[in-house]
Amino acid sequence: MGFFPESASSFGGEIDRLFWAIFWITGFFFLLVQAGLLFFVLKYRSRAGRKASYVHGHTGLEVIWTVVPALILLVLTIASQKVWSEIRSPRRMPKDALHVEVLAEQFAWNIRYPGPDQRMETPDDITTINELHLPVNRPALVSLKSKDVIHSFFVADFRVKQDAVPGLTTQVWFTPTKLGQYEIRCAELCGLGHYRMRGQVTVQPRRDFEAWLVETKANE
Amino acid sequence: MSRNKIFSTDHKTIGIQFLVSSLIFMGLGGLLAMLMRWQLGWPGSALPWMERMAPQGMPGGIMLPEYYNMLFTMHGSIMIFFGVIPLLVGAFGNYLIPLKIGAPDMAFPRLNMLSFWLLPVSAATVLTGFLAEGGAAAAGWTAYPPLSGTQATMGAGQTFWAAGVIVLGFSSILGAINYIATIVNHRAPGMTFHRMPISIWALFTTAILTLLATPVLAAAMILLLLDRAVGTSFFLPAGMIVDGSALAHAGGQPLLWQHLFWFYSHPAVYIMILPAMGFVSDILPTFARKPLFGYKAIAYAAVAIGAVGFLVWAHHMFQSGMNPALGTSFMIATMVVAVPTGVKVFSWLGTLWRGDIRLATPMLHALGFISMFVIGGLTGIFLGSTPVNMYLHDTYFVVGHLHYVLFGGSLFGAFAGITFWYPKMFGRQMNDRLGRIHFWLTFVFFNSVMFPMFALGMSGMPRRIYDYTQYPALAHLTDINRLMSIAAFCLAASQILFAFNFLWSLAKGKPAGQNPWQATTLEWTTSSPPPHGNFAQTPVVHRGPYEYSVPGAARDWTPQTEEPPRGQG
Repeated sequence: MGFFPESASSFGGEIDRLFWAIFWITGFFFLLVQAGLLFFVLKYRSRAGRKASYVHGHTGLEVIWTVVPALILLVLTIASQKVWSEIRSPRRMPKDALHVEVLAEQFAWNIRYPGPDQRMETPDDITTINELHLPVNRPALVSLKSKDVIHSFFVADFRVKQDAVPGLTTQVWFTPTKLGQYEIRCAELCGLGHYRMRGQVTVQPRRDFEAWLVETKANE
Repeated sequence: MSRNKIFSTDHKTIGIQFLVSSLIFMGLGGLLAMLMRWQLGWPGSALPWMERMAPQGMPGGIMLPEYYNMLFTMHGSIMIFFGVIPLLVGAFGNYLIPLKIGAPDMAFPRLNMLSFWLLPVSAATVLTGFLAEGGAAAAGWTAYPPLSGTQATMGAGQTFWAAGVIVLGFSSILGAINYIATIVNHRAPGMTFHRMPISIWALFTTAILTLLATPVLAAAMILLLLDRAVGTSFFLPAGMIVDGSALAHAGGQPLLWQHLFWFYSHPAVYIMILPAMGFVSDILPTFARKPLFGYKAIAYAAVAIGAVGFLVWAHHMFQSGMNPALGTSFMIATMVVAVPTGVKVFSWLGTLWRGDIRLATPMLHALGFISMFVIGGLTGIFLGSTPVNMYLHDTYFVVGHLHYVLFGGSLFGAFAGITFWYPKMFGRQMNDRLGRIHFWLTFVFFNSVMFPMFALGMSGMPRRIYDYTQYPALAHLTDINRLMSIAAFCLAASQILFAFNFLWSLAKGKPAGQNPWQATTLEWTTSSPPPHGNFAQTPVVHRGPYEYSVPGAARDWTPQTEEPPRGQG
């Protein structure tokens, strides 16, 4: 089961737990149906003298297999909604988040930090291409825009994906919890260079991050 | 062949025309998939002989990224628009509806003929894109603007694509009107709605979905064409800069396209699966020699899936920038669809329970359908959960899911239907031994290609990626992709068996007789193939469609036309 990259964000673990809950529940029904299919086909395979039963249905059974899955799906929906609202509800976005703007274009990620004045589009902004640096354990709020077509900001290790749509500003937030380097992949077909629209996230200790900002500004 | 055979208004001829053309298109779509599998298994390796086929797309036999994008776009478009929909709805709808309800033909035979002949026109239009400057459409079968919406981002192939899809929409709408009119008005005496075979319930629901959803797709396509050709801005916002030059568009909204497109294309998924469910519901009782378990539940479940199917479209858009609260409501509707779907699956199992099961080729495909469709359905629950969707959306998990629904479901259902009704269509049996070999090869290789896709998706591999080795964290997936590609080539090769069996049996198959499967529904009460007008006398229906192993009856099947014993009226 080691297919998932290790979770490196605050809610990555919750998404994984939800995945595995659905995995075990659907896995149970998967096995139930496959085993039932195989068992019935072997047990009731035609042979001399067998006659099929003349049965048209069974109301009790039919009620059970309508109601039980409905209840399970209700629980899954509620559990999903809990996580969804935590991640996506505008009211629950952290106030102290580090604000970053990512402007996607064919086929690169333009990254902008507001600089000391905490405002975008001012001379003290810090800009990079394809290199997103974030401090560890501080919420990051990414505002996504696009110059041309739709792109999608996907960091598998954070379990984060959000489309960047021209004409709109979309937002997504997360808290990186592990130091390291992770890939940004474009997850929405954006043209012939879609496959190589790769960026990199570097999650650093706070002090290193501050130093990197200063250094990047100096090199601009 | 006389002119009347080609431009025929007989529903049986039209059904077979749909069948043959959709199978040819599927062969073409499958070959495009093989080229993709080549690139995914051996990224950047040369296929020297392909240079002659596609000198611009594969110079020196090495595939270019834009060619790869064109391949998956055309693979999806051909399979959905010219393969699965014409096969399940066009071929079987036309062939089966009059025969199964006891009518001499469709309500509007000439409209029906037009509905078929729009298909080659539409396909020719879409495929002309291959000859256009810059090649065929390459924005995915979903054709999201702005990528698909301007001349600057996508060449003339996209225009041909949209125009062709509009023509196909007309074909679908004409067919749907005909199906609805025929089922409502032309049922034989005694054929009440609750005596109709489930395949007819399914095709009826499908026709309603087609009639309500297709005009929305056509509207979206027309708006897209206007954006591309006339300079309108339905889907194009202000401020777009492509290749360094600013575009003059302003005021449009890219998400509008996604809403309109999925308002058609999600019901289209049910258009592609409900008929297959119907065929399986006809085939299981025949080969289990037992009445269908829960007839009414299965019939109403089809209608329920169709109805709720109109309320789930935006589950394709959870991460699109749409309001997250809207995501919640679409998640709820999506989970609701799973309930009637489960009812169907459990009822099929109930049909097998205490049956007298014969494993002929159609039954193997029907059982394969259940087994595979369950995987497609259950993996949909992962994707329907909004937070899990954030991770899995647009990864190979989705590709696996949709292939388990559309190949594991629709295509196994189609194979079940073709092998089941072939003797009725052509008067001869297909070779059962060859048929069973074809089933097992298809089953094994299908799973070997598609099941690993779930693992790829969990690893975070995005779909529609020409060269995933560009991402160092995904480069370790080469081995698994290579094995999948080998399985895909074997899967394609296995289909040669089916094509051979289909063609060989036309001439050499065992004569089938009127009712080779000892089945109960009306199409088996007339000759194989049925004459023009179908029935010598209009049949009169006395009972439900699945009366097998009736206690006290002389045989283990009681046709729908058999009169009840006297005194029990």
